Amino acid sequence: MKRVALYAAALGIIAFAGFPFYWMLITAFKQNRDLYVGASDLSHIPWIFNDPPTLDHVKLLFGQTDFPRWVLNTLVVVVAVGVITVAVAVPAGYSLARLVGRWGERMGIGIFFTYLIPPTLLFVPFSRLISLLGLQDSLGALILIYPTMTIPFCTWLVMGFLRSVPWEIEEQAMIDGYSRLEVILKVAPRLIVPGILTVVVFSFTLVLQEFVYALTFISSVNKMTVSLGVPIALVRGDVYHWGALMAAALFTSIPLAIVYNAFIDRFIQGFTMGAVKG
Amino acid sequence: MTSPPPPRRTFADREDLLGAVMLGPALAYVILLVGVPFAFAIALGFSNATAGSLSFGWVGLSNYVAILGDPIFLRALRNSVVVTVGSQVLVVVLATAAAQVFRATFRGKRFARFVLLLPWAVPVSLAAIAWTWIFDSTFSVINWTLKAAGLLHGWLYWLGDPALALLAIIIVQAWRIFPFATVIVLAGLSSIPQEIVEAAIVDGAGFWRRLFRVELPLLLPVVAVAVLFGVVYTATDLGVVYILTGGGPANTTHVLPTLAFQRGILGADLGQGAAIAVFLLPFLIVVAIGMLRLAHRTEVGGAR
Repeated sequence: MKRVALYAAALGIIAFAGFPFYWMLITAFKQNRDLYVGASDLSHIPWIFNDPPTLDHVKLLFGQTDFPRWVLNTLVVVVAVGVITVAVAVPAGYSLARLVGRWGERMGIGIFFTYLIPPTLLFVPFSRLISLLGLQDSLGALILIYPTMTIPFCTWLVMGFLRSVPWEIEEQAMIDGYSRLEVILKVAPRLIVPGILTVVVFSFTLVLQEFVYALTFISSVNKMTVSLGVPIALVRGDVYHWGALMAAALFTSIPLAIVYNAFIDRFIQGFTMGAVKG
Repeated sequence: MTSPPPPRRTFADREDLLGAVMLGPALAYVILLVGVPFAFAIALGFSNATAGSLSFGWVGLSNYVAILGDPIFLRALRNSVVVTVGSQVLVVVLATAAAQVFRATFRGKRFARFVLLLPWAVPVSLAAIAWTWIFDSTFSVINWTLKAAGLLHGWLYWLGDPALALLAIIIVQAWRIFPFATVIVLAGLSSIPQEIVEAAIVDGAGFWRRLFRVELPLLLPVVAVAVLFGVVYTATDLGVVYILTGGGPANTTHVLPTLAFQRGILGADLGQGAAIAVFLLPFLIVVAIGMLRLAHRTEVGGAR
C-alpha cells in the first residue's frame, strides 16, 4: 500500500513537471493537419500522433528561420561571458577565502547580495548606459552586462569551494620555499579546477536562460540570442509556427537539463549558504 | 643556531596586497555595474528622463504621485503580491511532497529526477512560450482533457480572462520554481540526524506526525532559503507574464516588471519605469533580511 502511494505521488510530480516537455515533443513532430484541430473536437485525441510524425517543423526551424544564427550568437556570448567570469570571479573567490582574512566572509556575503538585485530593477538605468556607450543592439551589450549576474554568484561559489579544499597543500608549498604569489600561480590553479568548471557551467546556463536584458538591448532579429529570438521573432506577424517553436524550445532545453543534472549539487551548495551542513 | 630569516616584505608575499589586487576587478565590476546603476535607478525615479534625449531634470515625487494614482499600476502591484504569494504557497506544498518522494528509493528514480529538473533548466522564455501554446484559446489540451473527462461544459479562455490568466501565471511560476525548492529541501532532509528520526519512530510516531512534528520544524531554515529565492525569482520575473499575456487582456495582468518595461522601455519614459521598478525593493529587502538572519543563525549554530 505504501509503495502504491509512493509511485502514485512520483507519477503525479513527474506528470506536472514533464507535461510541457511532452507537449513540446509531440507538437514538434506532428503534421499540421494533426496539430491544428480545435480542442472542442472530442473525437480527435491531441495527446497522441493521429498521423505519422514529420520532420517538417525541424527542417523549417533550421532551414528557413534565423534559429542557427541565434545559436551562433548565443555561443559567442557564452564564451565571452565565461572567459570574463572566470578571469574575475576565480581570483576574487580565492582572495576572499585565503587572503583578505576575517573580512572575507562579510565581503563575500556583500558581493553575493548583489546577485539578488534583479535585472528588472536595473534594465532602466542600463538602457541609458548602453546607449551612452553606443552598444545598443549589439552582442557587446550582453557581454558587458551578463557578468554582473555571473560574477557575484561565482565569486561566492569559488569561495565556498575553496573552504572545502585543505589549506595544507598550499602551506606545504610555502614551506618548500614558494612565495605566496608562486603558490597562487602554480599550486592553486590545480586545486581550483573543479570550482572553475562549476563557474563555466553556471555562466553557460545563465546566458542561455537570460531574457530581460536581451529583450531590452537587442532589437535586430539577426543579433538575437536563442532565448530571445524563439519567443519574440519566430512568431511571424500573427502566425505562430507552433511546430517549429516547440522544436526550438525542446532542442534548447535538453542540453541544459543534462548539464543541470550533472552540476545540481554544486549549485545547491551555493544557494543554501551553509544553511545545510553536509 | 641561526635566527629565523626576517619576514620578506616583497609584493609576492604581502597577502593583503595580493588579496586586494585579486579582489579588485570583481569589486570594480560589482560597484560600477551593479552599485552605481542601482543608485541611478533610484535617482531616475525622481527625474523626467526619457529614452530619446539625454536631458535629466529633477521632478521630485511627481512620478510617484502619477503612478500611485494610476489604477493600472495599483493592479500590477496587487498582481505581483498575489502571484508571488500564491505561487510560493504552491511551491512549498509541492516541494515538501516531492522531497518525500525523492528521498525514497524506487524504480526509474534517475529518469524521474531528470524530468523533475527540466522546468528549472529550461530558459524561462521558452517555457513560457510552451505554456502559451498549452493555454491557447482554440487548441488548449487542458480544455480538451477536461471536456473529454466530462468536467468542463463551457469553455475556458485561459489567457483571455483576467482571473484565469492570473491563475495560469501562478501555475507557471510554481511549476518553474518547485524543482529548485525540492532539491534544496532534499539537501536539508539528508542533513537531519538519522537518530532523531529513528527516535521518533521508536516513540510510535507515524508518517504524518513525524513529518509535521519532527522533520518540518528541523527543515524550516532550508525551506526558508527555498522560499526566499522563490520570492526573488517570482516577484522580479518579467518573462512569464510578458510572453504569456503581455499584461493583457486590457492591462489587467501586468506585474511590476512588465509594467516598468512597458512604460520605461517601450514607452521611453525612463523616470516612470524606474519609479515602478523601485516597488520591487520591498520584496528584495524582506528577502535580504531573511537571508542575513539565516546566515547569522548558521554562524551562531556553527559551534554546536
